[in-house]
Amino acid sequence: MTVPDPMPSAYPRLAANGDRAVVIELSDQISEDTNRRVVALAENLDRQPIAGVIETVPTYRSLLVSYDPLIVRGRDLQVLLLERLSTVRVEEARARRLVVPVLYGGDAGLDLNEMAEMKRMGTADLIALHGAADYRVYMIGFAPGFAYLGGLPEALHTPRLAVPRQRIEAGAIGIGGKQASINSVAGPSGWRFIGRTPIRMFDPTRSDAFLLKAGDHVRFRAIEEDEAAALDAAVAAGTAPIDWEDA
Amino acid sequence: MRSVVVLQAGPLMSVQDLGRTGYVRMGVSASGPMDEAALRIANRLVGNAQSDALIEFAVTGGRFEVGEPVCFAVTGGAVSITVDGERVDGWASHVLLPGQVLHIGALTNAVWGYLAFSGGVLTEPVLGSRSTHLRSGLGGLEGRRLVPGDALPLGDPADEVLDAPQRVLRMPVPRPAGPIRVIDGPQAGHFDQAAWQSFLREPFVVSGSRDRMAQILEGPLLRAAGGHDIVSDGTVMGSIQVPASGRPIVLMAERQTTGGYPKIATIASVDLPRLAQAMTGSLIRFKRVTQAQAEDLWIARARTLETVLASLDPGADAANEGGRS
Repeated sequence: MTVPDPMPSAYPRLAANGDRAVVIELSDQISEDTNRRVVALAENLDRQPIAGVIETVPTYRSLLVSYDPLIVRGRDLQVLLLERLSTVRVEEARARRLVVPVLYGGDAGLDLNEMAEMKRMGTADLIALHGAADYRVYMIGFAPGFAYLGGLPEALHTPRLAVPRQRIEAGAIGIGGKQASINSVAGPSGWRFIGRTPIRMFDPTRSDAFLLKAGDHVRFRAIEEDEAAALDAAVAAGTAPIDWEDA
Repeated sequence: MRSVVVLQAGPLMSVQDLGRTGYVRMGVSASGPMDEAALRIANRLVGNAQSDALIEFAVTGGRFEVGEPVCFAVTGGAVSITVDGERVDGWASHVLLPGQVLHIGALTNAVWGYLAFSGGVLTEPVLGSRSTHLRSGLGGLEGRRLVPGDALPLGDPADEVLDAPQRVLRMPVPRPAGPIRVIDGPQAGHFDQAAWQSFLREPFVVSGSRDRMAQILEGPLLRAAGGHDIVSDGTVMGSIQVPASGRPIVLMAERQTTGGYPKIATIASVDLPRLAQAMTGSLIRFKRVTQAQAEDLWIARARTLETVLASLDPGADAANEGGRS
């Protein structure tokens, strides 16, 4: 029996993912450069589609490309993707940054005090650190509109909980390992939570149902109770402003 | 407006169409039917478009009534179907009149059944599809499974219901026997010779830990020599991922769009419905094929299905005389 090569030595590496998808891997590590190239390839394929390609899924270090084998065969698609990758230029000039208002602490900030104790810093310092960083959306996955954010300051890296909580509300601001997150839908989670945003990352009734996509930037802006309450009302009424700036 | 009322519902009944395309990158998998061919045939039997929505049920059907005459068909597997107590056949169209009660029992040789009504279920589409994504609470009726008392709006039928000739499946889609075919997965190399030998030479049991999201298999535990954690990447329906427990999990229609477990293999599309429809407790074996071989099988299946669907249309009978197997 032939066993597949355990140590692919060269990237980019192409692999079948069934008979209706291929994956192009640019690395087996997480890095911003790799992710930029993944996102650039996905955007390139959006602008100039390859016949038979149905959709693409950018992740940390690879791009999943699903296709219709009645239109294009996997083997041919692999060749086309390699060719396309060689022509892709990474353009970060067009990046945009979402400013996310956050009410730190309170009922949603389940782990804020404990984290501050673990880190031997005051909650105000922790909040300032979290709020000063520039985050990048490496990928959307796990749940509708759930963004994996890179760029969390090292001092805030914190292991996930051993036992996940059964329900965390949408809008909860989380930390899991080296990553930051904004909960997009309610559900179980083993991440740590330090606050909440009234803004909905995912709302199927909104014309732009998903706020973030891979390659976007995010920063957090601390708000107080009264602004959070006003934003809650605006979100409920469908009139909440979405605050974008150039990254 | 036309509607169907659910009087009694099996445990996992939901509205489905062909599924949602274009949102995997946003974290929303396609959802859609567990057995796509059965959905397509059910729709064609009642004169619907392939993209129309219908009711999918797991194992047990339910009881239904309608406000206006409609045409219905039940597909997926062998099941007892009665209209006011009178038995009618599956894989065929029938008329249901106001005041009559349609009862669908338990599937005896399959897991997923399909109940189509002429005009299709007209719940509000979400992100371009009526498919229910139970895990995310999207689509279908309020994003949830159906319960007694639910009323589903139906569209206007394309055919004149009471005068329409009956449509009957006389040429079933052949369902191959033998092992389930798989293609090496993106992390096939994480598994050494011993794991691959177990995977390909020993049988697995289709466990009762199954739903629209995933199917857990019981059998030899598969150890990933290369580790059970990877940098998360994209998944497809049919991805076989192996967490540290060593128990393979096959991702199905409502899968998570990305995952951090190594994927040893992917089930060939042509064999996905066989796995979905395999009775709990049954044994399956895997056989390795190349991506190109799996594509060939899928292309051949797509052509066969087109022929089967065309045979269901009124007037197609003469052409298919003797085609019954």
